[in-house]
Amino acid sequence: MSTNEQPALLEVRGLTKTFTATPALSEVDFTLYPGEVHAVLGENGAGKSTLIKVITGVYKRDAGTIRLNGKLIEPRSPGHAQELGISAVYQEINLIPTLSVAENLYVGRQPRFLGMVSMQLMNKKARKLLKTFNIDIDVTRDLSSYSIAIQQIVAIVRGVDLSAKILILDEPTSSLDRHEVETLFSVIRSLEEHGIGILLITHFLDQVYEISDRITVLRNGRKVGEHLTKELPRAKLISEMLGREFTETLGKRSNQITNGDSKHDTFLDIKGFAKRGMIEPFDLEIKKGEIVGLAGLLGSGRTEMGHLVFGINRSEKGEAFVESKKVKISSPRKAIRYGFGLCPEDRKVEGLIADLTIRENIILALQAKLGWYRHIPYKRQEQYADEMIEALHIVTTDAEKPVRELSGGNQQKVILARWLVSNPELLILDEPTRGIDVGAHAEIINIIKRLAKEGKALMVISSELAEVVDYSDRVVVLRDRKKLTELTGDEISEDAIMQAIAEK
Amino acid sequence: MVEMEKQVLTPVNENKPQRATNFKWRNIFRGDNRALWTILALIIILLVDRMVSPTFFTVRMVNGRLTGSLINTLDGAAPIMLLSIGMTLVIATKGVDLSVGAVMAICAAVSAVLINRHEAGSDNILYYPGFVIAIAILVGALCGLWNGILVALFDIQPIIATLILMVAGRGIAQMITDGQSPTYTDETLAYMGQGTIFGMPFPVYVAAIALVVVYLLVRRTALGLLIESVGINAKASHYTGVNATVIKLFVYIISGICAAIAGLIVAGENTYADPHTAGLWSELDAIVAVVIGGTLLSGGRFSLVLSALGALIIQSLRIGLYISDLHPNANLVVKAIVILLVLLLQSKEFKQAVGRLFKPVLKLRAVFK
Amino acid sequence: MKLVKFCLLLALMVTFVGAVNVKAQDGGEGLTIGFSQIGSESAWRTSFTDAVKAEAEARGINLLFSDAQQQQENQIAAMRAWIAQGDVDAIILAPVVESGWDDVLQEAQDAGIPVVIVDRNVDSDPSLYVTRVSSDFVHEGRLAAAWLVQATSGQCNIVELQGTVGSAAANDRMTGFNEVIALFPGMQIIASETGDFVRAQGKQVMESFLSSEDPANICAVWAHNDDMAIGAIEAIKEAGLVPGTDILVVSVDAIPDIFDSLDAGEANATVELSPFMGGPAFDAVVATLNGEELPKWIPVAGKLYTNRADYDADHQ
Ligand SMILES: Nc1ncnc2c1ncn2[C@@H]1O[C@H](COP(=O)(O)OP(=O)(O)OP(=O)(O)O)[C@@H](O)[C@H]1O
Ligand SMILES: [Mg+2]
Repeated sequence: MSTNEQPALLEVRGLTKTFTATPALSEVDFTLYPGEVHAVLGENGAGKSTLIKVITGVYKRDAGTIRLNGKLIEPRSPGHAQELGISAVYQEINLIPTLSVAENLYVGRQPRFLGMVSMQLMNKKARKLLKTFNIDIDVTRDLSSYSIAIQQIVAIVRGVDLSAKILILDEPTSSLDRHEVETLFSVIRSLEEHGIGILLITHFLDQVYEISDRITVLRNGRKVGEHLTKELPRAKLISEMLGREFTETLGKRSNQITNGDSKHDTFLDIKGFAKRGMIEPFDLEIKKGEIVGLAGLLGSGRTEMGHLVFGINRSEKGEAFVESKKVKISSPRKAIRYGFGLCPEDRKVEGLIADLTIRENIILALQAKLGWYRHIPYKRQEQYADEMIEALHIVTTDAEKPVRELSGGNQQKVILARWLVSNPELLILDEPTRGIDVGAHAEIINIIKRLAKEGKALMVISSELAEVVDYSDRVVVLRDRKKLTELTGDEISEDAIMQAIAEK
Repeated sequence: MVEMEKQVLTPVNENKPQRATNFKWRNIFRGDNRALWTILALIIILLVDRMVSPTFFTVRMVNGRLTGSLINTLDGAAPIMLLSIGMTLVIATKGVDLSVGAVMAICAAVSAVLINRHEAGSDNILYYPGFVIAIAILVGALCGLWNGILVALFDIQPIIATLILMVAGRGIAQMITDGQSPTYTDETLAYMGQGTIFGMPFPVYVAAIALVVVYLLVRRTALGLLIESVGINAKASHYTGVNATVIKLFVYIISGICAAIAGLIVAGENTYADPHTAGLWSELDAIVAVVIGGTLLSGGRFSLVLSALGALIIQSLRIGLYISDLHPNANLVVKAIVILLVLLLQSKEFKQAVGRLFKPVLKLRAVFK
Repeated sequence: MKLVKFCLLLALMVTFVGAVNVKAQDGGEGLTIGFSQIGSESAWRTSFTDAVKAEAEARGINLLFSDAQQQQENQIAAMRAWIAQGDVDAIILAPVVESGWDDVLQEAQDAGIPVVIVDRNVDSDPSLYVTRVSSDFVHEGRLAAAWLVQATSGQCNIVELQGTVGSAAANDRMTGFNEVIALFPGMQIIASETGDFVRAQGKQVMESFLSSEDPANICAVWAHNDDMAIGAIEAIKEAGLVPGTDILVVSVDAIPDIFDSLDAGEANATVELSPFMGGPAFDAVVATLNGEELPKWIPVAGKLYTNRADYDADHQ
């Protein structure tokens, strides 16, 4: 545990960074002591990622000083920061997907045997390294063949293994399941004991209270408070982050669906969809106005189920009916034509068109649906964008900014906005609240509920059980790429889901 | 489908301040602030040309035809400009079309061979000049379709897919002309390269019209946006329902058509089609023009107008070299250096580095003040 | 004084032409000769191939033809095959590049198969091949210059359209041309630029010259090949001048198209780049098989033509 008498490991004073007009950081102070976990919290776009990018030399700062062990440092690049002892795992995983896991762990510092890069030695070391984190995977396979969770862990392990004095983690747990979070936390605790200082950015407040010793809160690029975690009540933390009073309202929604009600006709009926290596045969029925939650551990086949329904991967057998009419879902285009939409899990790779503006990203799905010749007039495009920026509280100066310049959480909102604008009948949301701050989190859940009320069918994949329990009319539980069971109505509870997952 | 547009989550706030930005103007350059530097580069090169030859900006009317180095520049830039229009769209989808030079040769050959039959007295209506032009353009479109099919349907990497036609194309052109380099006398086809309207060479009009037409085609529809989206993130576009196959077929066909028209112009200039040399190395000029115009070879946002300016830069550079006393041996080196300078002028990193270099000087000046 | 020089020069030219004009002979009947050609990249190359084939047929030579499609590997492979089969009496090689021939030439020599190089040069030791039959580009340049001196009485501002920079044809034609005009102070090149041997580029470069120079000050265009000359003629016409009259046009190659221009009076003279290298090459083969010693270079020089009739008369 940290004490204030100890000399600080990292001292940041008066840090300022302005991108275009508005400052992303203004005069931020930040102090990290050895052997502590220091959480940096704030809304989407508050400046958290920018803070660590300035500390690690990704961006040049406009003003301020950085001291490491009392000495002024000038990190020029992440590589340089690493040499100084500051390792960072950024929000966007920055590994090389086409290299193997082992190569990613050791790229640039491959173990040598008799002067030659030794693949065997490298693979062996990689396996051993991952073992210490209780991860047992084939390290010779391409990184891209693993889930984002594994990729994230590999990135973390690489960061840790670079013998850091400071480890910076930007939303490391956002794609991890409970079990993996545990693994990660045990790693963090042991690092703590070795006197390493850890800077943690996350939107999971439970985890903040579980692991962190100290909290710094940012709002609109300014530091608004620094507290010992144990002295800061949760409600106070939230209001400090949002700058307003806010009560979390996760509960349980009463079941809206009554059978035989024509308003709740079946929208999609899937019989025996399956694809070898992805998911075993499953049936799935979604009614209009119904919210179906998909629960399961990582790799249980939730995302794959969504991909099959949306035609990203073609089902090898089975059939699908949309409003009782038999359909062939052979591609996302087809699926979209039947009125589907899918908000993907991996926003950077599968969602964002990074160089296009926010406006263009938002209208893209609708425009693709309309076809190239039915151009949405610019006025209308602006309207859509402005509406969405307002409705989802996307933090930006205007809609004409390239979407890549948005903060992670705001990018996530843009993709959600894209599908809201295209107004699908069935919306598949894969981890829609990942990386979203507390305030926006509640808003997104409200939107999900509202869409259901408007008669839309929803299929929501989420690792946050409390959330799933809150909005689902029905929960599909998966394990090992297989649909296990469905829970409806009163059966739905966190315990019941956990039990279903664990049941042999 | 109409209902799709209807959906509104929260009512639009009518009191919102009006946007300050002028949309259309911004859209021409796709919000690219390198536009200014591209224009600046063109102006500098033209001024240097003027220093080399005092009569560079002099335009005279001779036999109803404007002459002068400036007109020569526009005239000579027209085929490159046409190619760069198609090339811009192709590159924006993260592709490249290496075959345009060869397609020029094929279409030039087709036009010459067909018109020769007309001149030999054939009554076949297909050999009439108007039809010959249409057929040549159709052949260009087919060449583009071929490239598009290889890239979009068979997923062959564009550089290889179009290399096939680049290599085979001149052979095809030779087969069409039977190994000859046919000449013709037809006035209509000659007009494509030599005609004038109000004294201005016809190719300049053709390039300008092509620019406007393609601009409207991609920006007044959603094509431009969809092209960029495919080029920036193909996977995400696929997931969003963008039909990449159609988009890619479209851009390669446009590129083929542009190459065909460029081929007709080059043939018309000399009323002659040489399968060996027509459009030789033009694909490189076109690619450089597109790059100077700020479109990244990795695809994405593009500006047709800037590509056209890029073509003008290349041609004013070339004409400048022609009229300079520089030994021709130095041409390629000078050309390479100037293009490098233009690209550096656009590079933010380079300007920052230069800025840092001058910082001490500025500080020093401040001290002395 | 000037006149003396002029006459001297002409005399020199004529004797030179006489000396190099290898008279076509018969001979070689029944021989089998391998001919490795570069490819068919230009109309001239195609007519060169055709001429060799025709000459072989006329002589009753069994010609094995191999088109290398611009690849040295293909040429070497073809030669090795001929050497291995041992069924050729000699090899004629039109090399695509200068270097890299030592090994295969040595192999041919070891197998006792004489090799005659045609057209382009090789950088191998001359002992490895019998002789080289090729055009004399320098001479072509001299002929063109001599004609121009004559036509303008030694007073002319010339613009030059060079061939591809660095090519032997461009360098040597320039050398020959400049050698001659250097003797006449009234002859000077006022602008020179490369047109890459291409018609379209010849036109563009000429357009530039006409804009940057005073057209009235240009007396003649000297183009390193006919294609560029034809392009230049177009440019001159578009500038409202009369090619062949206002501005003289002299070039090299004697391709069919230039005779249309000569007949129309738009071009003035062309020097033949002889594609008829088959005859001298076959003669060399026969001679060497008969044990005769040959010079290491047999230049083939075309004549200068100012009209179609003369040309046709020489090539029935
Ligand atoms: N490269 C950039 N160019 C311009 N603006 C940027 C850039 N990167 C970040 N910003 C802006 O800086 C602000 C802070 O962004 P930052 O990524 O630090 O937020 P964050 O606190 O990490 O948010 P999140 O929780 O969503 O990840 C945002 O308004 C964002 O739009
Ligand atoms: Mg962030």
